[in-house]
Amino acid sequence: MLLICWELPYYKTMTLGKVSAFEGLPATKPSPEVTRENARRAYRIMLEARILEEKLAVLYRSGKIVGGVFLGRGQEALSVSLGIHLRRGDVYAPLIRDQAGRMAFGDTILDTLRTYLGSSLGSMRGRDGNIHRGRPSEGYHAMISHLGAMVSTVCGGLMAKRFRGETGAVGGTCIGEGGTSTGSFHEGMNLAGVEKLPIVVVVANNQFSYSTPNDRQFACSDLLARAEGYGVRGRRAVGNDLMDCLGVIGEAVSAARSGEGPQLVVADLLRLVGHGEHDDATYIPASMKESPLGKDCLDLARTTLLEKGWLTGEEADEWRKIVEKEVEETSSKVLREPVPDPSEEDWNAFSCLDSQQHLLHQGERQ
Amino acid sequence: MSAITYLEAIRLAQQKALQEDPRVFIYGQDIGGFGGAFKATKNLAKEFPGRVLDAPISEDAMVGLAIGAAVEGMRPIIEMQFADFSTCGFNQIVNQAATLHYRTGTSCPLVVRLPSGGTPGGGPFHSQSMEAIYAHYPGLIVMTPATVEDAYTMLLEAVALDDPVIFCEHKFLYYHLKADKLPDTVLPFGKARIARQGRDATVVAYSAMVHEALAAAEELTHDGYDIEVVDLRTVRPIDTDTILASVARTGRLLVVGEAWPWGGVAAEVIARVATEGFGLLDAPPQRLNAKETPVPYHPALWGTHRPTASSVANSLRQLLEL
Repeated sequence: MLLICWELPYYKTMTLGKVSAFEGLPATKPSPEVTRENARRAYRIMLEARILEEKLAVLYRSGKIVGGVFLGRGQEALSVSLGIHLRRGDVYAPLIRDQAGRMAFGDTILDTLRTYLGSSLGSMRGRDGNIHRGRPSEGYHAMISHLGAMVSTVCGGLMAKRFRGETGAVGGTCIGEGGTSTGSFHEGMNLAGVEKLPIVVVVANNQFSYSTPNDRQFACSDLLARAEGYGVRGRRAVGNDLMDCLGVIGEAVSAARSGEGPQLVVADLLRLVGHGEHDDATYIPASMKESPLGKDCLDLARTTLLEKGWLTGEEADEWRKIVEKEVEETSSKVLREPVPDPSEEDWNAFSCLDSQQHLLHQGERQ
Repeated sequence: MSAITYLEAIRLAQQKALQEDPRVFIYGQDIGGFGGAFKATKNLAKEFPGRVLDAPISEDAMVGLAIGAAVEGMRPIIEMQFADFSTCGFNQIVNQAATLHYRTGTSCPLVVRLPSGGTPGGGPFHSQSMEAIYAHYPGLIVMTPATVEDAYTMLLEAVALDDPVIFCEHKFLYYHLKADKLPDTVLPFGKARIARQGRDATVVAYSAMVHEALAAAEELTHDGYDIEVVDLRTVRPIDTDTILASVARTGRLLVVGEAWPWGGVAAEVIARVATEGFGLLDAPPQRLNAKETPVPYHPALWGTHRPTASSVANSLRQLLEL
C-alpha cells in the first residue's frame, strides 16, 4: 500500500508497514539534476561497477580473493547518484555496496582490484582489503566495519572546512537500513543536525540487514520519518530508478551545498545478491524478487536511456565490451603484482615513528 | 606568579595550543561558556570564539568528528567529561583513530583528554583508569602525567604529535598538585623520569600513584631503605630502557597502578623486566594495583580499594625481605 500522506514538501510519499510495499511511483517532473550528460556518465559507471564486481565474484570463487567479497548488485543506481554529484574538495564515505559511487568519486578499477587482491601497490597495501579502502587525505574515507561510524567522521571533515572558512563543500555517506539501528548513526545524524552541516546521508533500504528483515530491524513505519526527529530534511528516492536517484540525490547535494543543512535520502530497493558472495540469500522471498523492488537498476537505466534517445543499443554494447576488456586486462596485471612481504613490512602503527624514531623504537621494539 | 595547579596547567596548555596553532579546536560536553565540568576550558570559549564548542552527549560522534577533522588537517582536542564515559566513544578511538594511519597512510592527529582516576565519592562510573585498555591498541599513544609540569608540556606535545593521543589526566591531582612556574624545556614523550633516586628497590608508577610511591619511599627512609621511583609519564610507548636501568641498580621491582591488575600496565612492566632483565632481579617482581571490584563509592572503601602510600610501603617492606 502506498499512501501520499505527508504534507511537508520534502516528504514525497510515505509507505506504511514494516516492510515497505513498494509499487512504483508516478512519474514526477524531470529534475534539473538529470541531464543527458550525467545520466550517460552514471550509466557507464554503473556498468563498470557491475562488470568489475562480476569479476570480483569470479576471483573469489576461484580462490584468488581471500576474506570476503561484498557486492552492490542492484544498488548501483542509488550509489552512483551520490558519488556523481560530489566533486573534488568534498568528503565522501562510501559503505559496503558503493562500488559505483566510489568510481564516480574517482576510485578506479585498478585500485579496487589491487585492494581485493592485496597488491602491495594498492592504496591499502594489503593492510586492509575489499570494501575497506579509501584515500582519506583526498576526502575519500576508508570505512570501518562498525556501521554508522562514518556519519560523524564526515561531519568532522565538514567541520574542518568550516573552521578554515571554506564554503561550498558537501559531505556524503551511505548506509543500509540496518545501519540506522546503531547508536553511532543516531549520534552522527543528531550531531549533523545540531551543527547544520552540509551532509547528505543516503539510506539504502534493501529490506534485509544481512538476513534480518525490516520487521526485526526497526518498528517505525518509515525510516524517512526519522529525518524530522534529527531536524534534517528528508527526501525519498526510488532506489532502482537511476533518473529518480540522480534527481533526488542531486537536489539533496545542491541543497546541502547552498547552505540548507543536512539531507537524509531514503530509498527502497533490493540487493540482488547475498550479503557477501558466501551468502546465497535464500531468505529473500521470491515474491519480493519478482516485485518492482527486484527490478535490476542497470536494465531499467538502459531501457530509460534508450527510450530517451540518450544512448543507443550499439553504444551500450560497445561500452560493455570496452569495460570487460579493461577489467580483464587490469585483473591479469594485478594478479602479477607483488603481494606484501612480511619481512619488508615496517610493522608500525604509529605515524610519528619517523620523527620520534629513537623514542618509539625504544618503547615499541617488540 | 601564584601557584599553578595541575588543572590550571591543562587549561593553560590548551590556551597556548589555541593561540599558537589555528588548527586546534576543543570539542566536548559543557566546555563552552560553562568552561567544562572541571573548568579545564574556563574562559577559553570567550577568548577563542567558535573554537571551543559544546558537543551533544555523544561520545562516539565526538570522536568521529575529531577523526574526520584530523584527516582534513585539524588538531582536535576532545574532552571526555570523565574517562569512564570514553567507553561510549571506544569504537571510534580504537577501530577508527588507532587504525587509520596503518590502514591508509593518513595521519590522525587528535587528543582525547580523559579526566581519570578516583576521587572520594566518585564511585564506579566516575573513577576509572582506562590507560591499559587504550594502551592495548597499536596506534594510540597513552600519556599519564604525574606532575603539573608534565600535564602542561605533555598536553602540548600531544597536540603536536601526528598520532591519536589518549591523555589521562588525574582528577585527584587537579587541585592538590601545584607548581610555581611552568617549564620551558620538555622531557620528550616516551621517556620515563627518575622521580627519586635510590638503591634498594625500584617502584615503577605513573599518574597519581607516583605521589603515593614517593610518600612510601619517604616513609621507608625511616627503616633505612633508599627507594628509587620511576615515573613512566607515558604508558605507551613504555620506556623499558629506563626501567631496566633502574632495576639493574636496585635488583628489586614493585610496580604500582591505580587500575585493575588484570592485563594492565603493571603486568606489562613486569613482563618486560622478566623477559629482558631477568638476570637483574634479586627477588620476584611484585605489583600493587586496585582491588578487583568496581571502584567503590564510600571514601572508606575507596581509600582501601586503591593503592596508597601506606599499602605501597607495606608491599615494599615485603619485597625487601624476599
